[in-house]
Amino acid sequence: MKDVGREVVDPAIRTEGLRKVYPLPAGARDPAAGTGAAQGAKGERGAGRAEAPGIVALDGLDLEIRAGEFFGLLGPNGAGKTTTIGILTTRVRPTAGRAFVAGADVVREEAAVKRRIGVVPQRPNPDRGLTVLENLVFHAAYFGIRRQVAAVRARELLEVLGLAERARAKVDELSGGQQQRLMIARALIHEPQVLFLDEPTVGLDPQARLALWEILRRLHAEGRTIVMTTHYMEEADRLCERVAIIDRGRLLALDRPEALKRQAPGGTLIEFTFDGEAVPLGEVARRLPGVTRVEANRHALRVFAVRAGEVIPPMVREAEQGGRMIVDIHLTPPSLETLFVSLTGRKLE
Amino acid sequence: MRSPAAVAERVSPVRVFGALLLRDLRVAQRELPYFLIRTTLQPLLFIVVFGSVLPRMGFVQRGYNAALLPGILAISLAFASVQSVALPMVADFGWTKEIEDRLLAPVPIRVVALEKVASGVIQGLIAALFVLPIARLIMGPIAALTVSHGGELVAVTLLGAAAFSVLGLLLGTAINPQQIGLMFSIIVAPMIFFGCAYYPWAGLDAMPLLKYAVLINPLVYVSEGMRAVLTPGLPHMHLGVVSLALAAITAAGWVAGAATFERRAVS
Repeated sequence: MKDVGREVVDPAIRTEGLRKVYPLPAGARDPAAGTGAAQGAKGERGAGRAEAPGIVALDGLDLEIRAGEFFGLLGPNGAGKTTTIGILTTRVRPTAGRAFVAGADVVREEAAVKRRIGVVPQRPNPDRGLTVLENLVFHAAYFGIRRQVAAVRARELLEVLGLAERARAKVDELSGGQQQRLMIARALIHEPQVLFLDEPTVGLDPQARLALWEILRRLHAEGRTIVMTTHYMEEADRLCERVAIIDRGRLLALDRPEALKRQAPGGTLIEFTFDGEAVPLGEVARRLPGVTRVEANRHALRVFAVRAGEVIPPMVREAEQGGRMIVDIHLTPPSLETLFVSLTGRKLE
Repeated sequence: MRSPAAVAERVSPVRVFGALLLRDLRVAQRELPYFLIRTTLQPLLFIVVFGSVLPRMGFVQRGYNAALLPGILAISLAFASVQSVALPMVADFGWTKEIEDRLLAPVPIRVVALEKVASGVIQGLIAALFVLPIARLIMGPIAALTVSHGGELVAVTLLGAAAFSVLGLLLGTAINPQQIGLMFSIIVAPMIFFGCAYYPWAGLDAMPLLKYAVLINPLVYVSEGMRAVLTPGLPHMHLGVVSLALAAITAAGWVAGAATFERRAVS
C-alpha cells in the first residue's frame, strides 16, 4: 500500500461515511427502471430529503484518492458507482456523510468543486442546439474562459481526440464514439484538476475503447487525477493505479490491481452449471485436492482451485454417477473478476 | 493537452450568467423562424379572422380591434415566455439531459434557473415585438392606440414576460413529460380564453361571478396591463393593480419554480 515516487499532497478526493438513500419511486413514475438493477443506478431521479424508507445506494463509503492518481470504482450495475460520482460532482446530495474534492466540500462549496472538475457522463449528453465547436467554446465560457482562448483550446482538443474535421458539424451527425470523445473534450476544456468518467467505454467498439484508453493514459501522465467507474475488470486492471471494489453501496476491497488479484482465493475459478441441484456435488468438490473454496447456489457451483485439470475430470465422473448432467463449464483465470465473485458471490456483468 | 491549472481562478456568477444567456440566445437565433411560427401564428390567425375578416363582414364592430390588439400582444408575450422556458426544460430533465453541462457551470444551481427565466423574458419580448407591427398592419388604423406611454409599456411588458417565464420554470420542472400535451389543453387553453385577451375585464360587469373568478388567471393582468398602456383611453384595470399582481406572481412563481428546478437538477 506504500505509495512511492509521489510527494505527499492533500488528497484530491475524500469521503467520510458517505450515505445516499433515494426515496422510493412514487407509483409508476419511472417505467424504464428495471427491477434489480434499479438500486442506486438511477442517479438523476428523485429528491433526496430526510432519511425516509428508500433505496440505499451508498451505505457509508470512506474513500481517499490522492492527487494525480488514476482511480477505479469497480462494481456491478446498482453497486453505487454512479451515485458516488454524482455526489462528488455535486449532482447528487448525500443523505449523510461528507465529501471533499480538491479540498472543497461538495455540498457547501458547490461552485468551488465544479470549477475544479470535469465530468464525462455515462451517456453522452452534448448540447444538441450547438455545433461541436460551440459545445466546447460555450462550456468554456461557463467557466469564465474568454472566447479566443477557448477557441484555441477547443481546436487543440478536437485535434487530439480526432474530431478536428467535425468542428462545424451538428452533434447529431456524430457517431456514438465521436460523441463520447466530444464529452471528453468538453470535460477538459476548462482544464480541471480532477476528471470523472462514468463508465466511459460502455457502448464503444473495441477499437474506440482502446483509443480512449490511450487518451486516458496520456491525461494521467500529465498529472491529472482521474476517477473512473467501470464494470469491466480488464479496464480497471489495465488503467487504474488503485481500484475500489464496491457492491450494494459498500466498499469491499481497495488496493492496487496486482495486490487485489493476490487477495483472490487461490487459483482458477471453475463454474459448473448442472441440470439439477448443485449442493451435493459441492460436497464432492470440497474433498478434491487443490480446491480452496466452493460455493453452491441452486444449479451453479463455483470452485476455486489451484489446477482446473485436477477438478474437472472427477467432477464429471461424480456428476454422471449421481445422475446429473453438466450443462456448462466456465473457467476464469485468477483476476479481479475471480476476486469480485469471491467477495460478492455475484458476477460483474 | 495541457496540464491542469494549478489554482482554478474564481469566476464571477454574473459572467457565468451572461455566458449561459448567450448560449440560449445562440440557440434561439438558430431556431427563430420555428420559434416565431410556434408562438405567434395562432395569435396572428386570430387577428386575421377577428380583427379583419369578421369586421368586414359586419359581424364584429370595428371598435373591437382596440380591445383585441393589446390582448393578442399579451398572449404572444406570455406564451412565448412560458414555452421558451418550459418546453426545453421538460425535454432536458425528461430524457436528453442536455442541461447537464450547464448544471456543471461553477455557480449555484439557482443561477442556472434564473438565467432560464431571463432567456424566457427576452424571447417573450421578441415575440411581442414581432406581433405588434403585423397585427397593426392586418387590423388597419386603431384610433385609441398610442405608444406614447413608452416607459410604462416597457415595464408592463417586462413584468408580464417575467411572470410567465417563472411560470414556465415551474411548469417545465413540476410537470411530468408525458403530461405536457395535457398541460396545454387544461391549463393553457382556459388561460387564453379566460385571460381577458379577447375582451376587456370591465366588459365582464354583466357576469360578476366570472369577473372575479378570472382574477386567478395571470394572463388577465398582462392583457389589462397592455390595455392600460396601449389604449389608455378605453376601460382597463388600474396600472398599479396590474403591476402589483404581476410582481406578486413573479415572486411566488420564482420561489416555487426555483425550488422544483433544484429538486429536478440535484437528486
